Amino acid sequence: MTAPAGGPVLECSGIRKSFGDHAAVKGIGFSIARGETYGLLGPNGAGKTTTISIIAGLLEADAGEVTLGGEPMNPDATHTKRLVGLVPQDLAIYPDLGAAENLDFFGRLHGMKGADLRRRVAEVLEIIELTDRADDRTQEYSGGMKRRLNIGVGLLHRPALLILDEPTVGVDPQSRNAILDSVEQLGEEGMAVLYTTHYMEEAERLCDRIGIVDQGELIAEGSQADLVRIVGQRDRLTLTATGSLAATAIALGGLAPVDDAAVTDDGIALIVDRAHDHLPEILAVAGRTGSLVKSVDVDSADLESVFLKLTGRALRE
Amino acid sequence: MVGAAWTIARKDLKQRLRDRSAYIIGIVAPLGLALVFGFVLNPLSGYEFDATYAVADLDGGPVSRIFVDNVLTNAEGIEVVEVASVAEAEALVDTEVTPLGGADDTNTADAAIIFPVGFSDDVQSERPVTIRVIGNQGSETDAGIAVALVEGYASELTSVRVAVATVENLVGGEVDRLATGVEVLQTPNPVTLRDDTASTKQLDGVTFYAAGMAIFFLFFTVQSGITGLLEERRTGTLARLLSSPITRASVLAGKMLSSFVVGLVSMVVLFVATTFAVDADWGPPIGVGLLILAAIVAALGIVSLLAGFARSAEQAAATGSMVGMVLGFLGGTFFDVSQAGGILATLRFATPHGWFMQGLADLRSDDLGVIVVPVLAMVAFGVVTGAIGLARLRKGLLP
Ligand SMILES: Nc1ncnc2c1ncn2[C@@H]1O[C@H](COP(=O)(O)OP(=O)(O)O)[C@@H](O)[C@H]1O
Ligand SMILES: [Mg+2]
Repeated sequence: MTAPAGGPVLECSGIRKSFGDHAAVKGIGFSIARGETYGLLGPNGAGKTTTISIIAGLLEADAGEVTLGGEPMNPDATHTKRLVGLVPQDLAIYPDLGAAENLDFFGRLHGMKGADLRRRVAEVLEIIELTDRADDRTQEYSGGMKRRLNIGVGLLHRPALLILDEPTVGVDPQSRNAILDSVEQLGEEGMAVLYTTHYMEEAERLCDRIGIVDQGELIAEGSQADLVRIVGQRDRLTLTATGSLAATAIALGGLAPVDDAAVTDDGIALIVDRAHDHLPEILAVAGRTGSLVKSVDVDSADLESVFLKLTGRALRE
Repeated sequence: MVGAAWTIARKDLKQRLRDRSAYIIGIVAPLGLALVFGFVLNPLSGYEFDATYAVADLDGGPVSRIFVDNVLTNAEGIEVVEVASVAEAEALVDTEVTPLGGADDTNTADAAIIFPVGFSDDVQSERPVTIRVIGNQGSETDAGIAVALVEGYASELTSVRVAVATVENLVGGEVDRLATGVEVLQTPNPVTLRDDTASTKQLDGVTFYAAGMAIFFLFFTVQSGITGLLEERRTGTLARLLSSPITRASVLAGKMLSSFVVGLVSMVVLFVATTFAVDADWGPPIGVGLLILAAIVAALGIVSLLAGFARSAEQAAATGSMVGMVLGFLGGTFFDVSQAGGILATLRFATPHGWFMQGLADLRSDDLGVIVVPVLAMVAFGVVTGAIGLARLRKGLLP
């Protein structure tokens, strides 16, 4: 079930989707090659889930085109759907069935049967490390085990493109690491992966290429190195602070070396030319405008700075 | 598409088999209620019913003979002892003279029914006239049934009043009669009280309640599969189903199929269990089978319609229960509205339940042709409601 060699596994362009008069996706397009892991990075509500729902044929787009292995995708394109493995953001497994039964059921829906299905179910149970608990009802599983099964179901039919929608949200750090490891592994084995997240670190670690989405638009795309070049030789400065943050951010934004300043959930994020040189001035302005700074972090430019630079807002505000 | 639908239905059925409430709604509750209603509320079920009535027919005219020879003599479980005088009749129901259950058991009666001299003439010339029923204090239920039988007969005659009496003390003089209006068994009774030559046949008590509860609960049983679609939307597995290489129609078909199988199994189990365990007589299996299939089609249609307009599985279940109750009540599954007359008797044909019960009653004639109309009526219910419901559900699969 792999796409023809050569051309990209996924190509989409100009995808638009509105719910009522709210435009959730406003013309997103990108492509993914065989063996490539592509990340859609953006804050909550950016339109990531809507975009992949259209790519997976769950939703009808208002405009735009999606092709998988050269075949058009839409909600009625049942033949094209066999190329996609979807791992929804929310758990999508049956609590009153065991892991093996869940896998068997979705395998059959993908046209697998007999010895091939049995072999593949056993194989996936090994990959997600649930062989021992295969026959227990999944309602008895821990959160991490359910997450792993959720991913296992998506892999089962060896899709050409595996789509994972924020698979680590609400997962403990240990399970999260296991999930990231297995996604890395799949990429190395040649599966094309579309990975959505609002965690910059995950995108940096996993993805060959990253598309940054904000308010329904793809605002930048490229490898991590390409993207960081957008900010140039700037530093990302993070002030953990309390007080009148909004006023402080505005004042800091007016300083010459500061490119961008935005309020985050526990302080202010800035992009600054040679941050170390300007630190005393920045702290003085913060104090004057009524903010109490508790700690300061200086990092070289990363995806967080890119997002800040492009949108004037923090990724997680 | 058939393969995918069957895969989905099999998965659903596996889940149902693990769900205790499915057995309760599908089998335990209807069976239990059928037995309770059949035996406790309605002793005239023909099952273990055994009463002796003394009849003093001082009239001997055509109107009283029809009752004695047709109604009483043909009723199952009733033994008629005809006596020549009121005194003899009274003696048979007096526990002091012939203690109930004593050695002399054959000389007791559960009730005495007395037709006065000139009864038939009075009825025919529409003069007021009274049939007296004297109950044996020791057998209230059987006496009550005598009252109901007489009442049922009298209701067909104009000008007849029924007087109910209890013998309190015959020894040493005056009979103290309690002449009241009949108040026993107010509920319209599903059992044939009347002339069984009448053209509409009716179900005996056990069968009535077995079939009534079966069809009543069918509308609850079949909900699981279809509202399961809404449940899968809530739990997120619907996204998985829709991202699989199968059509939306086969997702719906799978849900309908599992509902159908659950409904069919429940109806067949109830049919077989009540037939063998309590002698219910549903009628010829082919006719019953057709009525059951049509009833399931109707139930699936109506439940799909409700699911199509519901926003959540909970809402669908709530409206489903309400509609199931109302239709079941109007359709006469708790008591026989066909005997209630008036608007109630007509309204039942606005429900599949009413057609199902009517179909079974019609089957008494052993002529399969009679169920064509009930079957078509139920299928029509199912097709019309189902078409609207499924169209909406299918559209709802695309947010
Ligand atoms: N079914 C829907 N109906 C109405 N609005 C929706 C629906 N799905 C998503 N939205 C809106 O579209 C926007 C994008 O949502 P989503 O694609 O889920 O974002 P993300 O996955 O990036 O968090 C949000 O503003 C969200 O509220
Ligand atoms: Mg999302």
